[in-house]
Amino acid sequence: MSEEIASNRYWRSNIRLIQVSLVIWALVSFGFGIVLRPTISSIPVGGTDLGFWFAQQGSILVFLALIFFYAWRMNRLDREHGVDE
Amino acid sequence: MSQFVINLLFVGASFALYIGIAIWARAGSTSEFYAAGRGVHPVTNGMATAADWMSAASFISMAGLIAFVGYDNSTFLMGWTGGYVLLALMLAPYLRKFGKFTVSEFIGERFYSSTARLVAVVCLIVASVTYVIGQMTGVGVAFGRFLEVSNTTGLLIGAAVVFAYAVFGGMKGVTYTQVAQYCVLILAYTIPAIFISLQLTGNPVPGLGLFGTHEASGEPLLQKLDQIVTDLGFREYTAHHGDTFNMMLFTLSLMIGTAGLPHVIMRFFTVPKVSDARWSAGWTLVFIALLYLTAPAVGGMARLNITEQFWPNGTDGEAVAVETIETDPDYNWMLTWQKTGLLDWEDKNGDGRIQYYNDGSEAMAERAAASGWEGNELTRFNRDILVLANPEIANLPGWVIGLVAAGGLAAALSTAAGLLLAISSAVSHDLIKGQINPRISEKGELLSARIAMAVAIVVATYLGLNPPGFAAQTVALAFGLAAASIFPALMMGIFSKKINNHGAVAGMLAGLAVTLIYIFLHKGWFFIPGTNSFTDADPLLGTIKSTSFGAIGAAINFAVAYLVAGMTREPPLEIKDLVESVRVPRGAGAAQAGH
Repeated sequence: MSEEIASNRYWRSNIRLIQVSLVIWALVSFGFGIVLRPTISSIPVGGTDLGFWFAQQGSILVFLALIFFYAWRMNRLDREHGVDE
Repeated sequence: MSQFVINLLFVGASFALYIGIAIWARAGSTSEFYAAGRGVHPVTNGMATAADWMSAASFISMAGLIAFVGYDNSTFLMGWTGGYVLLALMLAPYLRKFGKFTVSEFIGERFYSSTARLVAVVCLIVASVTYVIGQMTGVGVAFGRFLEVSNTTGLLIGAAVVFAYAVFGGMKGVTYTQVAQYCVLILAYTIPAIFISLQLTGNPVPGLGLFGTHEASGEPLLQKLDQIVTDLGFREYTAHHGDTFNMMLFTLSLMIGTAGLPHVIMRFFTVPKVSDARWSAGWTLVFIALLYLTAPAVGGMARLNITEQFWPNGTDGEAVAVETIETDPDYNWMLTWQKTGLLDWEDKNGDGRIQYYNDGSEAMAERAAASGWEGNELTRFNRDILVLANPEIANLPGWVIGLVAAGGLAAALSTAAGLLLAISSAVSHDLIKGQINPRISEKGELLSARIAMAVAIVVATYLGLNPPGFAAQTVALAFGLAAASIFPALMMGIFSKKINNHGAVAGMLAGLAVTLIYIFLHKGWFFIPGTNSFTDADPLLGTIKSTSFGAIGAAINFAVAYLVAGMTREPPLEIKDLVESVRVPRGAGAAQAGH
């Protein structure tokens, strides 16, 4: 039974991590890249504005960082909760 | 040495390399055929997955779509990379823990229903076949150009090569071959981009050069681009023109479609551990990002080069002379591409010059009338040719052009082969062994896998002759179908213990059917031209184009599944235990074949 509680705690931490990651994921693509582009258009980036940069470069770089961060964090979480392989 | 011979040498050498590797790593057993014995390192796996993933759509088609539309087509960039975040966080590690070979096996077992498995197989086949049609379009363009034959002949030759190639080996042969293909395609994509970026901006990193200074004019490159395209009546490159809602839906469809595509997910079954599945998704995106960060630079810079070639005296000067096109070696690319039927021009007003401008623009009407222009004289410029023609347009050395030809073919072939493998395993492993004849011999299974490949390639080639769009657009439809059918079922299978067999089946069927019907209404029934009732310019529902409908289909899938599951009996206890066990990495072990 205690094992089940432990694994529940592990799963909840995982869900929280996923939620935070997905908020960032949506913010840089749907947000900065599309909907919020007009609101950050005053920030110039090389002949155009920040939103354009996010749509064509920035979002991809953030996606990369997110996946590696998640993998690193989860592998640590696996060990902390004793569910690693 | 003529360019034709150089191309042939590069393509020939790259093929010899792939086939050599395929023979060396030939699949011996069914387990090796599907999952390469699970001995694949995350970085190797990431590279192979990247090659598998980056198809004719990414390599040949995408930059062209960005070049001629500009900012609005950033959807492809965000959509096709953002899906990896979903895959890494929400699917890959759990499916690896589950430890079976195919996506439909997971769906069948999690939803304790052979019907669910069957429906998943159907969804996979529909999405994969649509995907292969898009690949065949790209294969036709690439083979047409490098053999200097018509697009149709190129497609038929390409289909034969793809088939021979996919039959050779299974996943193992394909995994190591795809590592080689990745190297060829990424070099082929980035080397010309680096050259062009250096020519235009002096910056060797194309992704930075795009936001750098155009050395010839001293202005920022994108500003210069905006100016010359608007001078000719085209829409501003960096501005947002289309509908925002449709743009978001389209991006979302591509993202969740990425995470629902069988041939990509299958890759994450081939790593040794659950933690490796997480890293592997990251490595895959690293290798993909190398191309995706370069693609917008390729598009923008090519648009600038093309426009300047047609207006060598500036956009307010005289247009290029027909005689120059026919005799100047700088314009040789136009003559070679004309042979494929994908590029054409016509001196409508007989002034001996080719005026390339937007004849639909009111702002241009005055200048056109004053100068005696009678419409845009660049009558055809198929967007799928842009990347392959790009090094020739920029006047790069012959070996770069040969390398790009080899890279384009590598991209199209590797994905087509991966998809054919996914289709054949769906038919032989899930359909025949799983449903029709569980006692089929290993030999019989391999034979039926190959027959399924043959049928798929014939259908895709036939439909590829009259494709529903440019390569990347057709592929986008496939993503919509995967998004609407497979992704929600997988996600609910992992993240909810409440969704039962009836819910999953009803959800997948509803998502697939509605999306498929919406696509057929706009693109023609079974993609047969002329049978459509609507067009994407004036879609059935608001501003939602058929390529963007996958996200709506996915929402329908989720809603129907929850509704039906709420009204029927909860999943049994052992299924809840299965979900629990999928959620923790410990005890993953090696995956097993069959049941």
